[in-house]
Amino acid sequence: MSTDTKPLLQVRDLSVDYVTDNGNARAVNQVTLDIRPGETVGLAGESGCGKSTLAFAIANLHAAPALISEGEILFEDRDVLKMSERELRDFRWAEASMVFQSAMNALNPVITIGDQIIDVILAHKTVTRDEAWKRGEELLETVGIHPSRMTSYAHQLSGGMRQRVVIAIALALRPKLIIMDEPTTALDVVVEREIMDELYALKEEYGFAILFISHDLSLMGEIADRIGVMYAGRLVELGTAQEVLDDAQHPYTKGLVASFPTIHGPKVRLEGIPGNPPNLLELGEGCHFADRCTLSTDLCKTTNPDLIRKGDKEIACHVVHSEEVAA
Amino acid sequence: MNQPAIKTVTEDASDITVEDLTIDFSIGGGLFNREFLRAVSEVSFVLKSGEALAIVGESGSGKSTVARALCRLYQPSEGRISLDGQDVNSAEGVSSQRDYAQLVQMIFQDPFGSLNPVHTIRHHLRRPTKIHNPHLSADEVEERVIEIIERVGLSPARQTADKFPYELSGGQRQRVAIARALAVGAKFILADEPISMLDVSIRLGILNLMDDMKQDGIGFMYITHDIATARYFAERTAVMYVGHMVEWGNSDSVTQNPQHPYTQLLISAVPEAGRHKKKELMAKKGDIPMRSPDSIGCPFAARCLKATDRCHAEMPQTTQLADDHFVRCFLYQ
Amino acid sequence: MKSLKRFFAGLLKFYRGNPAGIIGSSIVALIVVACLSAPVLTENSPTKRVARGHQPPSTELVFGSTRAGKDVYSQVLYGGRVSLMVAFSAAAVTTVIALSVGVTSGYFGGRIDETMMAVTNVMLVFPQLPLLIILAAFLGQVGPMVIALILGLTSWPWGARVMRSQTLAIRKKEFITAAEVMGESKWRIIAVEIIPNLISLVAGMFVGTSLYAIGAQAGLEFLGLGDPTVVSWGTMLYWAQSSAAFFVGAWWDFVVPGTVIALMGGGLALINISIDQVSNPKLRTGKYLKIWRRMKANVEAKRGQA
Repeated sequence: MSTDTKPLLQVRDLSVDYVTDNGNARAVNQVTLDIRPGETVGLAGESGCGKSTLAFAIANLHAAPALISEGEILFEDRDVLKMSERELRDFRWAEASMVFQSAMNALNPVITIGDQIIDVILAHKTVTRDEAWKRGEELLETVGIHPSRMTSYAHQLSGGMRQRVVIAIALALRPKLIIMDEPTTALDVVVEREIMDELYALKEEYGFAILFISHDLSLMGEIADRIGVMYAGRLVELGTAQEVLDDAQHPYTKGLVASFPTIHGPKVRLEGIPGNPPNLLELGEGCHFADRCTLSTDLCKTTNPDLIRKGDKEIACHVVHSEEVAA
Repeated sequence: MNQPAIKTVTEDASDITVEDLTIDFSIGGGLFNREFLRAVSEVSFVLKSGEALAIVGESGSGKSTVARALCRLYQPSEGRISLDGQDVNSAEGVSSQRDYAQLVQMIFQDPFGSLNPVHTIRHHLRRPTKIHNPHLSADEVEERVIEIIERVGLSPARQTADKFPYELSGGQRQRVAIARALAVGAKFILADEPISMLDVSIRLGILNLMDDMKQDGIGFMYITHDIATARYFAERTAVMYVGHMVEWGNSDSVTQNPQHPYTQLLISAVPEAGRHKKKELMAKKGDIPMRSPDSIGCPFAARCLKATDRCHAEMPQTTQLADDHFVRCFLYQ
Repeated sequence: MKSLKRFFAGLLKFYRGNPAGIIGSSIVALIVVACLSAPVLTENSPTKRVARGHQPPSTELVFGSTRAGKDVYSQVLYGGRVSLMVAFSAAAVTTVIALSVGVTSGYFGGRIDETMMAVTNVMLVFPQLPLLIILAAFLGQVGPMVIALILGLTSWPWGARVMRSQTLAIRKKEFITAAEVMGESKWRIIAVEIIPNLISLVAGMFVGTSLYAIGAQAGLEFLGLGDPTVVSWGTMLYWAQSSAAFFVGAWWDFVVPGTVIALMGGGLALINISIDQVSNPKLRTGKYLKIWRRMKANVEAKRGQA
């Protein structure tokens, strides 16, 4: 896909607040992001960075106390946030669907897998129940599950199989975008490998775009074309997967990349990042990473850096910007 | 960072020896037909002070059960656990649990569940200090509590002591859990997935802290599903599958030169940036089987690409491949 | 000293933005204080005849007089002491038994659990109110403390089950395993680790049982199963009914005790609601919801939605 293809999803200056009795916590702070058709964009970060909140916002799934307070989300030029209930229902699942973190939370324990799949199909398409059932069996086959499991209940399947069912349901209506929030975090590494490999095959065949959210940078390095790194609600680095992982610019990204010991490669003492993730209710004026950053300057403590383009990448860091200028 | 007031154990090295440990759990069935799940089968290893042994496995491997057996939370169905030669399960009563507890402690996976939400950090640490050092005065106990909090990297110590668990982050709570084990004066710490629920950038801090504690002579058993951190932190690694140890030895040997098909599968499955091509999976797809006392053959035989008839019928014996590298597989026997 | 300060800080936090809690506590406090200060608030004895029968409220007798010419105002205050004592005693008995049975059952499990739950389930099968009535009728006209005991001994099963399931949930938590591994005795674990986590449940049970006891006690006494020579809210109703106060239009005779019972019950119910909100934050209706709605309206207006 060339860079001048029209983006599928455009998130512009999006902000999401959580309204609490102790004040507003800004979980997502003016994030701007594009996803092109068929592209896989990874969103990396740790707890409290806002990646899950962003994902929910794109599907307009937020309820009180979360509020999308600024910005727009354009899906093929239609503003998702302005859609009526009816339009939203059509949008959700036929155009964009979601795979949640824990399949056990996403699957209804008291109805069969088959019923859940055809529920989704029947809600959006006018087909007969038999046709929907057949389609359901096809879907299960595409994710590597025997079609006879249509009549099983969620608890009769293993963790990996349940997650595959959730992916099958996400694919049911051939959406153009699938949002995956930590889809393999709760699974054993071998099962995770099987699912990832199947995902690559599905991506090849159906060509959907993926917003892949995870804290596992190596996993993201496998599947993502581009990676965005979030910290305390802001996007601090955005670029191609290879650049972000091999040549990280933002101090947080560098620290994050250095937090993963490798199996192969030299055995050196790694340091991680000192300090703790910030409290979103007590964010100051300056860069939110400043108090954990070894390179922070006075400017860092007073002004929040903007996400500025540097070649193919976008970085939000005063120190990096000043090097640019000096160069 | 050696704090002289805290008992250092370098002078008296110890070891915990596990021999042919087997643990069965009853899972129902009728009165005459009781069914058992064999969670751990014939596991043997030695845990030494000042060193870490990693136990790597997926769900159902029995690794957590082994740790709990070492804490005497489960009784062995067969086999023996000895501390410095003495069988740990022969003594009875609370006081011997206390004596044993003074030597072996455990830290858990969930930083949010391992601390009681209604007690302060000070309370969490004061109690173990008092139980195991009854001769200390209140002031001395307080002093030791503050020292321990500093030792695990939580400064300012006095402020932290007054806090409740909900006021601390996941990484900080895990440090408190480690502090609790230190407060007891443990020589061995069994860490059951201590970092898997923590943020990525915090994990190394905890591992490095545990690494420092090895210098004080504390022995670790590090249970994890993440073979990369096992190699990083532990000198020796054992790989478990369905209750059996299939390959073990020096961490570098096992991770750089895996010989057992399951270890090879595990290592090849680890995500690697830049890997887009679907590599050939090194085993057949399958669910992890349940083992009963009647099961025969190698547990991995059903999925192994190199399995023979012999593998389905018999359990392979241990083969020594190198100075500190062992495997249980008919390929090498 | 520090723990006292923390206790008061906690209390303040409980009441802040908690209208149900504030109103409920005020009502209950008012009634309790009034009853306790009965000798200060009235010179009349509740059992002495001070006027003619069924006199309407006047400046001398604020709530009028009963058929026997006794001061209703004085009766409601002194009677309140009895009623409240019965209610709180019954609640105390229930709470202690429920806590003991529930926590022991939940923590030890196995044979102990099975036995205790068998007993609990058997007791649960008995319908409570008919059981009470039969017991009271069997024992004849019983004094208030016996009523308190009967109420206490029949209300604990449900509470025990709740305590047991909460204990089971806590028992699985790793800080309990950590305490066991550390070599703590089982009783210490129960007292220091488990029960403090159950405080809001215990408080809720105490308040809930008091609420129930006020009504049940009044009911029993109204039916004539209490000791009619003792003045309490329930016996006031009994006498009002047996002197046909309703028919002769002496409304103050039954409206006064009835209202005070209702008020006390309402106050306790409000406290119970606010305790529930504390234990389950999702039930809270804090001011953030109003702020959220306002902000949402603003944002939608800016976006140009309807």
